[in-house]
Amino acid sequence: MSTTDDLYAGSSDTTEGKVFTVTGQDWDSIVDGLGAMDDESADERIVVNMGPQHPSTHGVLRLILELEGETVTEARCGIGYLHTGIEKNMEYRSWVQGVTFCTRMDYLSPFYNEMTYVLGVERLLDIEDQIPEKAQVMRVLLMELNRISSHLVCIATGGMEIGALTVMTIGFRERELVLDLFELITGLRMNHAFIRPGGVAQDLPPGALDEIRSFVALMKKRLPEYADLCNANPIFKARLEGVGVLDLEGCLALGLTGPVLRSTGYPWDLRKTQPYSGYETYDFDVQTWDTADSYGRFRVRLAEMWESLKIIEQAADRLARLDGAPVMVADKKIAWPSQLAIGSDGMGNSLDHIRHIMGESMEALIHHFKLVTEGFRVPAGQAYVPIESPRGELGAHVVSDGGTRPFRAHFRDPSFTNLQATSVMSEGGMVADVIVAIASIDPVMGGVDR
Amino acid sequence: MSDKTPEQPAVEQSPENVPAPVGEVRQVGVRQGMFGGRGTGDTSGYGGLTQAITYPGEAQRPYGGWFDEVADALEQSATEAGLEASTPRVVIHRGEITFHVRREDLPVVAKVLRDEPRLRFELCSGVSGVHYPADTGAELHAVYHLLSMTHNRRIRLEVTAPDADPHIPSIVATYPTNDWHERETFDMFGIVFDGHPALTRILMPDDWPGHPQRKDYPLGGIPVEYKGATVPPPDERRSYS
Repeated sequence: MSTTDDLYAGSSDTTEGKVFTVTGQDWDSIVDGLGAMDDESADERIVVNMGPQHPSTHGVLRLILELEGETVTEARCGIGYLHTGIEKNMEYRSWVQGVTFCTRMDYLSPFYNEMTYVLGVERLLDIEDQIPEKAQVMRVLLMELNRISSHLVCIATGGMEIGALTVMTIGFRERELVLDLFELITGLRMNHAFIRPGGVAQDLPPGALDEIRSFVALMKKRLPEYADLCNANPIFKARLEGVGVLDLEGCLALGLTGPVLRSTGYPWDLRKTQPYSGYETYDFDVQTWDTADSYGRFRVRLAEMWESLKIIEQAADRLARLDGAPVMVADKKIAWPSQLAIGSDGMGNSLDHIRHIMGESMEALIHHFKLVTEGFRVPAGQAYVPIESPRGELGAHVVSDGGTRPFRAHFRDPSFTNLQATSVMSEGGMVADVIVAIASIDPVMGGVDR
Repeated sequence: MSDKTPEQPAVEQSPENVPAPVGEVRQVGVRQGMFGGRGTGDTSGYGGLTQAITYPGEAQRPYGGWFDEVADALEQSATEAGLEASTPRVVIHRGEITFHVRREDLPVVAKVLRDEPRLRFELCSGVSGVHYPADTGAELHAVYHLLSMTHNRRIRLEVTAPDADPHIPSIVATYPTNDWHERETFDMFGIVFDGHPALTRILMPDDWPGHPQRKDYPLGGIPVEYKGATVPPPDERRSYS
């Protein structure tokens, strides 16, 4: 189709200057259009609106780029296209239902959203010491599996955006394996709402440990493929090295954490420095790089997946010893009463539990009813328990007024904070490098806009 | 009264019902009823119940651990930096320390917290707004979480502003990371951060009326019909006050 036939690819004059609408592969119309203009205005700056619907912007991110030739002189982000009011919605549900909402924020790392919120609630309830060991180990296991799947998507989409399509296909191939494990353990591939105040929703299903072990064994074969494809690939390195540089001072000033911070050589990882959920008892290393650029961030993520595999193996060994141990806090005033079971038509309420509350125990019925409809009360106060998500420090500022609903839950999402570095990472560079720089931040728009 | 000891202590003597000593809690508002019933439909008998909503009150010295060290260093350096002697109200709850700072002091306090070697809070985890409609004269709170990587410590700063004058000084000059965070808090709560380089909406559209996460802003929603029954929107459902 020629550009003149395209309804959306015409050009128009406004008070701000000539406006071109480009939908892809018709840059010629801009070149021709600029050539046809008188010299004076053709020399002026070009402002390019990239997104919010664009395959290379990592989601519904709008980039406003001011160009001089192919050099970016100013870069700004427009966000908010995925704002769904999750924080506000959480104020109208019970404390347990809050997990169902916040898991949807950063959709590539759902367990981390759940975890930081739940840790805040548990701190306010003052039950941090009562969480059963098995629940803690399962949380660690799920989070580390999630770190692998999240890093895989980062590397895969980052590869796709620079044209390395094989990296994309193998990245999503492995991620699918992790999602299968999630489905086996929680019942869902995404949006699990599995980590609950007091523990986790249910025990490991039979056979899960074998699946996890065979996944780890397979990943140990597959992870070197990424290294073989990328680490020394001259095209890959040429695109990533020295792009999106941000040194330690810049990271701290702009609040960047996670792989971006560690790529400057600073080994800050909350799992080591402020451990939670028993991370201090696992043997793993904090991975760093010293180039502070996109290539370094890629290498940090690749190395972190190996560390996650180490943690998963240790967690699986512990779970093998904890067969049959409780996964929910013993306090019946907090523990979710309903139990799930697999029936002939899929997962649903456990018939044993229904029989117990409907036929055997009036008190159990009352407990079930009160906890499920009204929920528990959380003592008034506020808590902030950040965790190390795949993208950096993820924390939930949880405020209670002593009621059955969160008074306020605010999420400090690392994608939101890290995306602020777009300007400093890409100004002065080439247009093509903007994409690489943003991909190295790994923003997830669901988390940015919440 | 008989000389027999009652088998159970009276309700007001049982430990969970002992009123807190003065100064240990801070009342913000009152909770009424228990089951969310309102008006004549409430047959629970609990409709007349009123309970004070209390938050943890001011902590007394010594705070314990490194809290005293930070509080001393902050007080001393803030005075050196030109703040007239004003001890911030300190709240310690569940192992987290909160400094309640006067809003006019915030820029100096933030700078001191970042630069003073004994404090060195290099990283600000952003600002979170909270709207307490019942906290008369200080309805809007801005809560900052600061992290010192040097000393591996975390503190919280809390600043308040009344609804009638929703201004809080910006600390973007000290913590550039707060640029977007302050824009978000302005967007959602209407807190105006004076001195912010470009305080515009960030998540909501530019022409959006109101500030959605304030408590007086309705959640919205429509009733949903399902199999003949109608489910009201979440903010109209029973709320179990």
